Amino acid sequence: MKIDITVFVKQVVDPDAPISSFHIDPTSKQLSIKPDTPFIINGFDETAVEAALRLKDSVGANITVVSLGYNFVMDVIKKPLSMGADNLILLQDAAFQNLDSFTTAKILSKAVSTIGNTDLFICGRQASDWDNAQVPLVLSELLGLPCLTIAKNIRIDNNTVEIEKVLPEGHEVIQAKLPAIVTVSNELGEPRYATLRGIMSAGRKTPSIYTAKDLNIDTADLSPKLIIEEISVPNSDKKCEMLSGDNSIEIGRKLALKLRESRIF
Amino acid sequence: MTEILILGEQANGDLNSLSKELLAAADSISDNISIAFLGNDNRSVAEDAIRYGASKVYLLQSKLLNDWSVDTRVAAYEHLLGKISPSVILLGKTQIGQDIGPRLACRLGVGLSQDSISIALDPKTMRPVATRPVLGGRMIAKVSFAEDGPNIIVIRKGSYDINKPNDNNEGDIQEITFHVEQSDKNIHHIQTILSDPGGVKLENAPVIVAGGRGLGGPEPFEMLSDLAKLLGGSVGASRAACDAGWIDHNYQIGLTGKNVSPALYITVGISGASQHMAGCSGAKFIVAINKDPDANIFKEASLGAVGDWEKILPSFISTVKDLLET
Ligand SMILES: Cc1cc2nc3c(=O)[nH]c(=O)nc-3n(C[C@H](O)[C@H](O)[C@H](O)COP(=O)(O)OP(=O)(O)OC[C@H]3O[C@@H](n4cnc5c(N)ncnc54)[C@H](O)[C@@H]3O)c2cc1C
Repeated sequence: MKIDITVFVKQVVDPDAPISSFHIDPTSKQLSIKPDTPFIINGFDETAVEAALRLKDSVGANITVVSLGYNFVMDVIKKPLSMGADNLILLQDAAFQNLDSFTTAKILSKAVSTIGNTDLFICGRQASDWDNAQVPLVLSELLGLPCLTIAKNIRIDNNTVEIEKVLPEGHEVIQAKLPAIVTVSNELGEPRYATLRGIMSAGRKTPSIYTAKDLNIDTADLSPKLIIEEISVPNSDKKCEMLSGDNSIEIGRKLALKLRESRIF
Repeated sequence: MTEILILGEQANGDLNSLSKELLAAADSISDNISIAFLGNDNRSVAEDAIRYGASKVYLLQSKLLNDWSVDTRVAAYEHLLGKISPSVILLGKTQIGQDIGPRLACRLGVGLSQDSISIALDPKTMRPVATRPVLGGRMIAKVSFAEDGPNIIVIRKGSYDINKPNDNNEGDIQEITFHVEQSDKNIHHIQTILSDPGGVKLENAPVIVAGGRGLGGPEPFEMLSDLAKLLGGSVGASRAACDAGWIDHNYQIGLTGKNVSPALYITVGISGASQHMAGCSGAKFIVAINKDPDANIFKEASLGAVGDWEKILPSFISTVKDLLET
């Protein structure tokens, strides 16, 4: 049995990009990202690709990667192909920018018939830009599918998906019938590197591209439920007292004395 | 007056501290606060909620299912919201809360703000405005809602100080019974495997000694653990240390790990990335040991020691020992 897996990935600004990459407009208080800022595939989504590849290795799978957005950086968005995914679909439209989670899930739900048969959808637990952790859950409601969240391991057997869900203290094993949606977390393990062969074959593949019109989406319907009024940089008024000393041994001693003096322990 | 509904949670028959925070958050914008709990043997929790400021308590019970999975909880809340129409719904950022929120918002066709740290009311629209960290905490966003409620806000633990309980508060307790269909439940629980590391629980630890990538391997965590024991606390870790396999992920502190607020938080070889700091912003006093004087952690800490932990830590620990003995 070979299953069809769809992995949703998001292109995001590199979370480690320097703070100078971001600009807040003083009047509109909205955030923009300066040109030349590096973009990556959201880390948890790369983990989702890894999860799909492990299933491909163990039970056999056809993996389609789908990304929704605009201004894709081809080298970035093709990475899942170079890791070993089979197909790439881009839902690309100028109207697909600055969407809230609800609208994103709505578009994805409408794209599902275009994507083709899917037994298992895999998503990252959240995206590192807005940290919303909403799209997979809303999508599960819109498609009427079970959503199993925060997996560190996924098994497929006999039309059933079973995950080990990370809990604050340990984990639990839960199951659902396919088709289903699973979200993954970093506990699953490091995503594999792209191989040279993968990079070459990814280079030869061209993504299928669909616009709002292709998906029969009326862009007037894409009004958000959530409005970003303003973005600001958190103000840190903390002052750190730095200990100095002739050597590290003395600094360690001073640290203990200082904490004791201030009755911290 | 704006009606606020809290989706309450309990821990072993007690109102949990996050629910008390939600009551304080609601109290900051309204006097009309209701709270819902699942299950019927909740009278003492209900009375507690009234002491902490709820004027109405809903106890939701179902004859069919006594197993409160996310599926059945969403169905239960949807049922309740067919009967009442608050303008704001508050729930806590727990694993379950983060799963319930978006699904309920979708069913009600309303907006939702995840991981929020404060709420206010827009005096013009009377809709809520939420403040929440974005980009891993590097930026703060103020978000409002495009339509009237019930808009949903998920609140991060440690955001509100708990109000003092008042025995004179009065409130109404109402039981609501309904049916959960078998079809409401499409995820099956097979088993739960709890890891019990023993010692002080991370969330309750008054002192946490957290290690990061700078430790270079699993062995140094033993030294951190010795220090933690000495101070009556627990060890913690950055995601980098957990991902490297040096310590179990249950010790991860941060945006996608645990949220802790100890009196003393000692970081060793942690750079202080915003996603890590998101999990310890409630710490009263942060000590940083890092060899890089420009590390971000020194912007967040109260007391800093620049240098190699391998040299600083042994003399720190032996001095702490001496001081505790005298
Ligand atoms: C969406 C998202 C969610 C995330 N969630 C979390 C989370 O929940 N928790 C979390 O922790 N991270 C999280 N991260 C990762 C986070 O961004 C950082 O990558 C991570 O916290 C770095 O861990 P670290 O400080 O241990 O490692 P590094 O950033 O590599 O820092 C190591 C530090 O050790 C110091 N050092 C090295 N050697 C020594 C020595 N001998 N003596 C003293 N100091 C030394 C270095 O100067 C350096 O500052 C998340 C990231 C994303 C994108």
